[in-house]
Amino acid sequence: MPVRYLDNSTSLANAQWSAKTRKQQWLSWLAWLLGVSLFILCWKMISDNTLWVFVEDAPKQGADLISRMIPPQWSYTPNLWQPLWDTLNIATFGTVLGIIMAFPCAFLAARNTTPHPLIRSAALMIIVSSRSINSLIWAMLLVTILGPGLLAGILAIALRSIGFVGKLLYEAIEEIHPTPVEAITATGASRLQVMAYAVLPQVMPAFAGISIYRWDINIRESTVLGLVGAGGIGLQLNAAINTLAWDKVSMIFILIFATVLVSEWISAKVRKAFL
Amino acid sequence: MLTIQSLSKRYNTGDKALTQVNIQIPKGQVVALIGPSGAGKSTLIRCVNRLVEPTEGQVFLGDTQITKLNTRQLRSARRRMGMIFQDYALIDRLSVMENVLSGYLGYTGFWRSFLRRYPQDVIVEAFRLLERVGLESFIDKRADELSGGQRQRVGIARALLQNPQILLVDEPTASLDPKTSRQIMRLIRELCAERQLSAIINIHDVHLAQQFADRIIGLRAGEVVFDGQPDALDTEMLTLIYGEEDWNPQIDADEEENAKHKAPDQMYMDSKAALV
Amino acid sequence: MKPVFTRTDLARQGQWRPLPLIRDVRYRYLLILAVLVYFCLAFLSIDVNWARVAEGMSRAARFLAAFLQPDFTTRSQDIINGLLESLTMTFTSTVIGVLLAIPVGVGAARNIAPLPVYLFCRSIIAISRTFQEVIIAILFVVMFGFGPLAGMITLAFATVGFMAKLLAEDIEDIDERQVEAIRSTGARWLQLMNYAVQPQVMPRLIGLSVYRLDINFRESAVIGIVGAGGIGATLNTSLSRYEYGTAAAILIIIIAIVMLTEYCSGYIRRWVQ
Repeated sequence: MPVRYLDNSTSLANAQWSAKTRKQQWLSWLAWLLGVSLFILCWKMISDNTLWVFVEDAPKQGADLISRMIPPQWSYTPNLWQPLWDTLNIATFGTVLGIIMAFPCAFLAARNTTPHPLIRSAALMIIVSSRSINSLIWAMLLVTILGPGLLAGILAIALRSIGFVGKLLYEAIEEIHPTPVEAITATGASRLQVMAYAVLPQVMPAFAGISIYRWDINIRESTVLGLVGAGGIGLQLNAAINTLAWDKVSMIFILIFATVLVSEWISAKVRKAFL
Repeated sequence: MLTIQSLSKRYNTGDKALTQVNIQIPKGQVVALIGPSGAGKSTLIRCVNRLVEPTEGQVFLGDTQITKLNTRQLRSARRRMGMIFQDYALIDRLSVMENVLSGYLGYTGFWRSFLRRYPQDVIVEAFRLLERVGLESFIDKRADELSGGQRQRVGIARALLQNPQILLVDEPTASLDPKTSRQIMRLIRELCAERQLSAIINIHDVHLAQQFADRIIGLRAGEVVFDGQPDALDTEMLTLIYGEEDWNPQIDADEEENAKHKAPDQMYMDSKAALV
Repeated sequence: MKPVFTRTDLARQGQWRPLPLIRDVRYRYLLILAVLVYFCLAFLSIDVNWARVAEGMSRAARFLAAFLQPDFTTRSQDIINGLLESLTMTFTSTVIGVLLAIPVGVGAARNIAPLPVYLFCRSIIAISRTFQEVIIAILFVVMFGFGPLAGMITLAFATVGFMAKLLAEDIEDIDERQVEAIRSTGARWLQLMNYAVQPQVMPRLIGLSVYRLDINFRESAVIGIVGAGGIGATLNTSLSRYEYGTAAAILIIIIAIVMLTEYCSGYIRRWVQ
């Protein structure tokens, strides 16, 4: 492997040596110039929209914020267990629902298992829409429709998870070995049986890994859903911020931090066990 | 038994894989299909059970015209044709028993197969087949824990559980060492004899083909250029199939090589001598 | 005494079931029970106001209808401003974030950084990755005031965590022999980085940056909700005014842009590798 790499890099370097003509050099300079001026232009737009008085004040504000956050209000913790439990439930139920919807979507979207190219485009459209829209935006929509509460949070997480799980799963399906599929087809099995015997066992480890990984991400995302009213610990966070109770805020941060670390640890353990 | 009539296949890319192939195989005959890579051997075999759709021509299995069947009928026709693959094509993450039982899929409904509820006599038969290929103590092993030869035995058991009338065998020995190759070929040969099965075997190795087949068909660029007894396959015919090559010294060199390393070919002969 | 049949014996008689995933019977049932109990408890603790949900159905219908007839025109100026803000935030934050992520990532690679530096960089990464962009945005909005600057800093901070972690993992995975080979020539630390480490991680770094650009755009649509500028603010306003047509238009624009960047980023990544 290292030998091959070295070979590659030398040949690549040689190739560049001879290939990089004056014209290409100019082009690369031009690209850099464009990039830098685009950056400056963007920066100017941002700075025009910024009140620099506030920014000059920022270090003082930051120091003030931190001094109000320390020490965290430990006595607030008992009020947080219920919201934390809700947060976990939003993440878990949302993930389960999302997986259930993503599973058929992935099979319809994978090039080698889709029944028809048109259905494939539709499934891909669902996956892309779900992925493009952050769970917080989903939550915002659902709260205006269904009213505030856990249900909106669960559905928001589920809707966002479809795209994530669906995309990774259909990529896994497209990467399976084709020969077992051929072999099972040759036994006279029906389409569904081919899926169940030749495709499913091959993608099962990937599917389990993806789902656990998404659950881990969902825990993180569900901590903020409360900011738009979709339940969980975010509601407390929002209340604490609105009342400028920064010592409560820091307490909530500590709890979120711990929860996310634990869920990440669990997810890593489980994923390792599957592979 | 199996009749292939003026079969042609042209891929979408425009490559012509088969041209006007006519073959008739009687019951119980083992046919070896030889030819250079890309001659259309795999395509021909896959056209028989329509894993590849032929462009024109007919295939008959008994009285059934396979090329005319709709999807449902094709399913039940495929049950009568067992297929064995070059790279075994087992489902790696399923156990040996599940792999063998997957040969029964054409006979059973989705939910029964999904929940692994197979009829008792099918399980007995599957076990008997595993015993026949010498793997009865491996039923709970995962397929990817087996060696190449063992996997191919599982593949054979799966094909036989279909209770086929013909075996379509695609390069069964290409991924195996010479000794295992011979064992596998002998096993296929024996099973065909036991069950009066016909077989078409794609094979690269001309020696193996001559040793184990009743009849040899040579394919070159999608056309049948040789069809006859194994001993009729002389250097002239090999040149016709594979192109110009100095065949005799090649074979001599091979034999020298064999003698030096006591290659499996030789070992096979030795063990045969010992048995006698 | 009851005769003990092995699975082989049973299979011979046609009695065969696949091996269960978890071999130990007690452990298996305990696990199933635990999962069931959790789901029951969790399910009971979710209380849903079904009357409110039923009431929401008509709104859902109106919203879906709005998707068929998105309203791009009424608030077009707001949408364009929000979009421009989002795009500028995305671009600048990605550039700044990637530039900052390089030293942090190098510092967080165990095989080249000394322990105190390693721990410091790792803790930056942990904090940046644990907290949602939105939470960080809240803090930065408090510090820097409303507007795109806070948003840009937030995204840059999140980018640092994301990129530095992956970069550090890449550096930890590099081929030690090449590093040793360069080190044995007596190269200095910076030369070592330049010759042995950089060529090995560069292509993936570019690929990841493009990928992160894509993520940053999606996130920029969110942090506007808490006042950090961008299209999210426009979306939030339109939703709170129940202007479903405008909201649908914004969502469609977001989806289109994400599709476009995804397509481009896939293309660029293939081109780099």
